[in-house]
Amino acid sequence: MNEWLYIALFIVVGLIIPIGAIAAGFIFGPKKPNPIKESTYECGIEAVGDAWIQFKAQYYIFALVFLVFDVEAVFLFPWAVKTGQLGLYVVIEGIIFVSILVVGLVYTWRKGMLEWV
Amino acid sequence: MSFWNDPLKVAADWLEGLLTGWGLDAVFAHVLVAFLGVFLLIALLMVLDIFLVWIERKVVARFQDRVGPNRVGPFGLIQPFADIIKLIIKEDTTPGGADKVVYNLAPILSMMSVLILWAVVPLAPVMLGVDLNVGVLFLIAAGAIGTLSIIMAGWSSNNKFAMIGAFRQVAVMVSFEIPMLTMLMIPTIYAGSMSMNTIIQAQDPIPFFILSPLGALIFLIAAIAELGRAPFDLAEGESELVSGFNIEYSGMKFGMFYAGELLHAFTFGGFWMILFFGGYRFFGLEQVSPFLAILILIIKAMIGYWVIMWVKYTMMRIRIDQMLGFNWKFLTPLAFALLLVTALMNALLAGAPTWLYVLGMLLANVVTGWVALEIARSVTRKERMQVEGVKNPVEAHH
Repeated sequence: MNEWLYIALFIVVGLIIPIGAIAAGFIFGPKKPNPIKESTYECGIEAVGDAWIQFKAQYYIFALVFLVFDVEAVFLFPWAVKTGQLGLYVVIEGIIFVSILVVGLVYTWRKGMLEWV
Repeated sequence: MSFWNDPLKVAADWLEGLLTGWGLDAVFAHVLVAFLGVFLLIALLMVLDIFLVWIERKVVARFQDRVGPNRVGPFGLIQPFADIIKLIIKEDTTPGGADKVVYNLAPILSMMSVLILWAVVPLAPVMLGVDLNVGVLFLIAAGAIGTLSIIMAGWSSNNKFAMIGAFRQVAVMVSFEIPMLTMLMIPTIYAGSMSMNTIIQAQDPIPFFILSPLGALIFLIAAIAELGRAPFDLAEGESELVSGFNIEYSGMKFGMFYAGELLHAFTFGGFWMILFFGGYRFFGLEQVSPFLAILILIIKAMIGYWVIMWVKYTMMRIRIDQMLGFNWKFLTPLAFALLLVTALMNALLAGAPTWLYVLGMLLANVVTGWVALEIARSVTRKERMQVEGVKNPVEAHH
């Protein structure tokens, strides 16, 4: 477990450095806030309404398709490590496994979900 | 063991001995020395990052037939330090409608996600960083934090441009993560391990880009998309979204996003070289001295970074529908086909002599790429005929 100590240290130092840099900016920079300065930027005109609104749903579909393949990768990495030692039988199993997942992609494709509307 | 053969271990042992000699607890001394080592590496990375700003500006100037920064110091070398001073003394504004906690956390996480990637980079044969047995997966995990920081920045700014930019960027990142993950499996298959150092050791004497040129190419494309650089920079889109997800940031918080992006590009140039071009290996030169090995890795990473810059300043931005179509309809199926072909060839050529193995792999890559391009060509030709046929009825009769 010793190596995970280094990962933890990397995370700690990786947080300290940007916090330090931003703190330096906070210390040395001027602080004169006013309502105009704090208003939301929008190309020269006053912003109308919030940005926290219902957003295009298609991003959600892509996130779902991504999820299918991302979970698959967790299963494929151990397969990729050992495939060289286990021979042809395991490779064919891998092909079958990927084919099942590709059905999901083909389904999405045929449903027209990959077209940007 | 002499200092010049293994400087890190000698220095760490000396320091640990010194600290325990002062009466410190052995475990505490070990953690303290490890902390100092990590801090040193990250501090050096930040110094490198400062010069990356200069390199980026100089190189883009050359690509665009300009001179670039040349006023402050010799060759403009002091320019990035002037930039940093400027960023530090700028006012840090926060938009009134923003979610303050998330808004302030996003640039920190953005920088952190890049810095922790260096935990798994083997710098030299004796300086492995952390030789995780899941090093390749760590790369993906750290990248996911970067994705998170972007959606945090875009959402918390409460700005419509930032929101659109963040959503686009996340769509690009999650889409191109699939071909990237798949291409990470190709060095894994060849090396039989997910550890970065084993992958480098397995590239003796044949680097993986000879075995899998198509894999190296797909990895580069996916890496450029992950970085959000041109031609996949729809998240920034200066001409339409002004700056995208980091539009409301100013001062050092913007600086963190900017420096993080440059270091990320350099890091992925490095990972490209580690996974496909042998990392610190260079015809046995890496065995001479660990310092030479680090130099080789940095030069290689610079070459990778230069290729990424070359693509950035040569290609134009593509639309989001083209980008998603390109990924899901072409790159992802191609990546999976290549993965399965590689695994199949690896099993079929298991007992073959080296020259036959290399030739078979190379041929498999070329054939896979050629077939994919032919299918894409025929499909796009059909689509173009349809579109042009509707537009121009006279042409359709021919």
